[in-house]
Amino acid sequence: MSALRQLFRFNGGVKPAYHKEASTTLPIAVAPAPTRLVIPLHQSIGGPPRPLVTTGDRVLKGQRIGGADGNVSSAVHASTSGTVLGVEMRLMPHTSGLSALCVVIEPDGRDEWMERQPFDFHAATPTATRDYLRDAGVVGLGGAVFPSHLKLNAGKQGKLDTLVLNGAECEPFITCDDALMRERADALLKGAAIMRDMLAATRVLVGIEDNKPEAIAAMEAAAARTGDDSIQVVAVPTRYPAGGAKQLIRVLTGIEVPHGERSTDHGVQCFNVGTAHAIYEAIALGQPLISRIITVAGNVGQARNYEVLFGTSMRDLIAPCAPLPDTDRIIMGGPMMGFLMPGDDVPVVKATNCVLVGSRALFPPPPPEMPCIRCGECAKACPADLQPFEMYWFSRARMFGKAQEYHLFDCIECGCCAYVCPSRIPLVDYYRFAKSEIWAREVDKEAADQARERYEFRLLREEREKQEKAAKLAAKTAAGREKAAAALAEAEKPARTPEEEAKHALIAAALERAKAQKAQVQPENTGDLSPEQQAEIAAIEARRAEIREQAKPHLRQDD
Amino acid sequence: MNNSPYFLKPASVQSVMLRVLLALLPGIAVYVWFFGAAVLVQIALASVTALLAEAAMLKLRGKPVMMFLGDGSALVTAWLIALTFPPIAPWWLTVVGVLSAIVVAKHLYGGLGQNPFNPAMVAFALMIVAYPSLMSQWPAVGFTDFLPQWHAIFGPRQLDAITMATPLDALRTALHTADARATVAGVLGSQATFGNIGGKGWEWVAAGYFIGGIYLLQQRIITWHMPAAFLATLLVVSSGFALFDPTRFVGPSFHLFTGGAMLGAFFIVTDPVSGCTTPRGKLIFAAGIALLTWIIRTFGAYPDGIAFAVLLMNIAAPLIDMNTQPPVFGHKRKGDGRP
Repeated sequence: MSALRQLFRFNGGVKPAYHKEASTTLPIAVAPAPTRLVIPLHQSIGGPPRPLVTTGDRVLKGQRIGGADGNVSSAVHASTSGTVLGVEMRLMPHTSGLSALCVVIEPDGRDEWMERQPFDFHAATPTATRDYLRDAGVVGLGGAVFPSHLKLNAGKQGKLDTLVLNGAECEPFITCDDALMRERADALLKGAAIMRDMLAATRVLVGIEDNKPEAIAAMEAAAARTGDDSIQVVAVPTRYPAGGAKQLIRVLTGIEVPHGERSTDHGVQCFNVGTAHAIYEAIALGQPLISRIITVAGNVGQARNYEVLFGTSMRDLIAPCAPLPDTDRIIMGGPMMGFLMPGDDVPVVKATNCVLVGSRALFPPPPPEMPCIRCGECAKACPADLQPFEMYWFSRARMFGKAQEYHLFDCIECGCCAYVCPSRIPLVDYYRFAKSEIWAREVDKEAADQARERYEFRLLREEREKQEKAAKLAAKTAAGREKAAAALAEAEKPARTPEEEAKHALIAAALERAKAQKAQVQPENTGDLSPEQQAEIAAIEARRAEIREQAKPHLRQDD
Repeated sequence: MNNSPYFLKPASVQSVMLRVLLALLPGIAVYVWFFGAAVLVQIALASVTALLAEAAMLKLRGKPVMMFLGDGSALVTAWLIALTFPPIAPWWLTVVGVLSAIVVAKHLYGGLGQNPFNPAMVAFALMIVAYPSLMSQWPAVGFTDFLPQWHAIFGPRQLDAITMATPLDALRTALHTADARATVAGVLGSQATFGNIGGKGWEWVAAGYFIGGIYLLQQRIITWHMPAAFLATLLVVSSGFALFDPTRFVGPSFHLFTGGAMLGAFFIVTDPVSGCTTPRGKLIFAAGIALLTWIIRTFGAYPDGIAFAVLLMNIAAPLIDMNTQPPVFGHKRKGDGRP
């Protein structure tokens, strides 16, 4: 049910040209069947899944081809039926131009599903449901691809106030969530109901920017059909980045999730609307996540939303949209936060919400960078209430400590500051640079600390061995003399007063306690493991080493 | 190829600076109406000097000359100097003032965006310390004949007929040096330089700057913090003292509508480079300038104190900014963060 409710505001934000009409004139189409699928194994936050197939295997649509590596990971599936051509390193849809392990499948054209079974989550334990979703490969489809099963956890209290569904979709050009809400609102809300039950949430708030009236109407109608008062569709003011999770939670509930805390600590959990739809398909239809809706827009003859199988090449995807001849780049995501692709022959993945075709005319190179005049436009535009120009000064001067003092890591890289800057400074680039430098230094420091510890331990050991040897020698050669000297020392030593005795006892006791504590702390991570667990760890380590070995030649190429 | 964001709002330093120049026009028009076209000569002189000095410094520093010359920042400095110097000042005074602003205060500190002090105010302070009498010769209101003004600028100088003490100067001189019985009311009533609310003519120039300031606010080039804090502080302090002893302290309308108060409130105090940037910092910064201005005007040896007040607060700006950082999203409230 829709309702008038009090909304809250976040500071800053910008109102760029939205360019959303072009891709919403036509309904969602199914992308043409690809001739080859290149499915990256690592498509989510967390550990890279291990390959479950090898060259020559026949796979069915929906069959698991990558198994989750531990709990913070998510499975990957074959998007259609066919034959595995290889498990090899391929170019990833990432600006870096790095490669990663992919399963290459030649479709057989039959699109033959594996056996599908709905999952009765009411009968299952929460843990079993989460394991099922992990193995169904459900991750956040807003772009962050965080494994959803980890977020479907009711938190400390065992229940939540609010499940927020993010349908704001504030980035220009992108309309995949808009299209989904218009056309598949019922299924989406069924997914939302499942999530609400898993989270034991009291209400569901669906936040949609008010520049999507059709989606709002469709969702309101679907919410009315459920007859469920706990689901409310809320139109939120259109202002980028209203679709940032923290910003949307703020607008809908007034809660400003404090730095370093989880929204669940405050009774709120937030999912993208696409994720709700994926959960519906996984639970109610037994279909793992093998496709998603993707907007193709920008420098194309006909912008449109497509249902695309993961692993489809971006080149194949944009072909039916007739990219214009002056096309010079492919961007994954929107113009504010998207990433430049290293080419058009990279696969579509779970994180791909939009394939933005660009040209020099559409996205002209920025005019030359001028010095910062501290006009404060960036600070006015920042939705995180940061002082971007201060972070810029310190990042530029490589004073990373100061940059962190100005809360560099609270920056969500939304691009508002760079968008408004009259000096055309690529501010976000400076923050990305500073963040990566800080991370690199931390890794270096950790390595150096380990090396130093090893070295110090060796010195200690050598010293101890030397002393032991010397002691043995001394014991052998001069045992008698030593005994006499010791006796002499004992005799000369003045007797301790009772107070001193008590003090010494106290110190000794404290030392003993500290030692005991240290011993207790030590085994928490590595000790007390069953042989099976130890074997599992060893297996994981072996797999990691293997993947690293495979990645090595490719990494070196890129150095 | 650049990284995201891939499209930018159409904004530039040049457009900011040009709109600041545009906002100065109403005040300049009134200035010319009451005091003659000399100020236009000074503006032209200052602009040419500023652009030449800017180009020379950019070349020496190996920077792209045309790109920076076009940003308009040198012109803003030049215009502010021309508007704060006496319009009948000899040409070399303006030239030396502009050179000290552009060469020393701006480029020797690193150029656009790097200067810790407001360049126009550095020029004013230097010149009034070095040439106090030349900086105190102002045209008489209503005496708009161009030729004598032209001669005053380029020589031979015949000043007697065309100069008059500024209202601030006249009041200060009368109260400080005349007999002990002189009162504010007595002085204001006795001389032609005083108008209805501020100085004759000057009050209307101030109104012109005020209109320009409203335009800057409307264009979001400046925020309300600094003009409001500056004018409010000047109002409160001068009102308080005028109520306490009206014979010795002049009231708020005089302070607000004479000298550089309005120009300062909207165009000088608001210089983003050398001032504070946080909302609370801006309030403290502008209030500090207003307080110092009142103190210098009332007890100091110089007729107007805005330049010194601005430079003193420029020194304090980084410290104020550091201690007035606004709370960051998610760092505002302890506890559950509910509103």
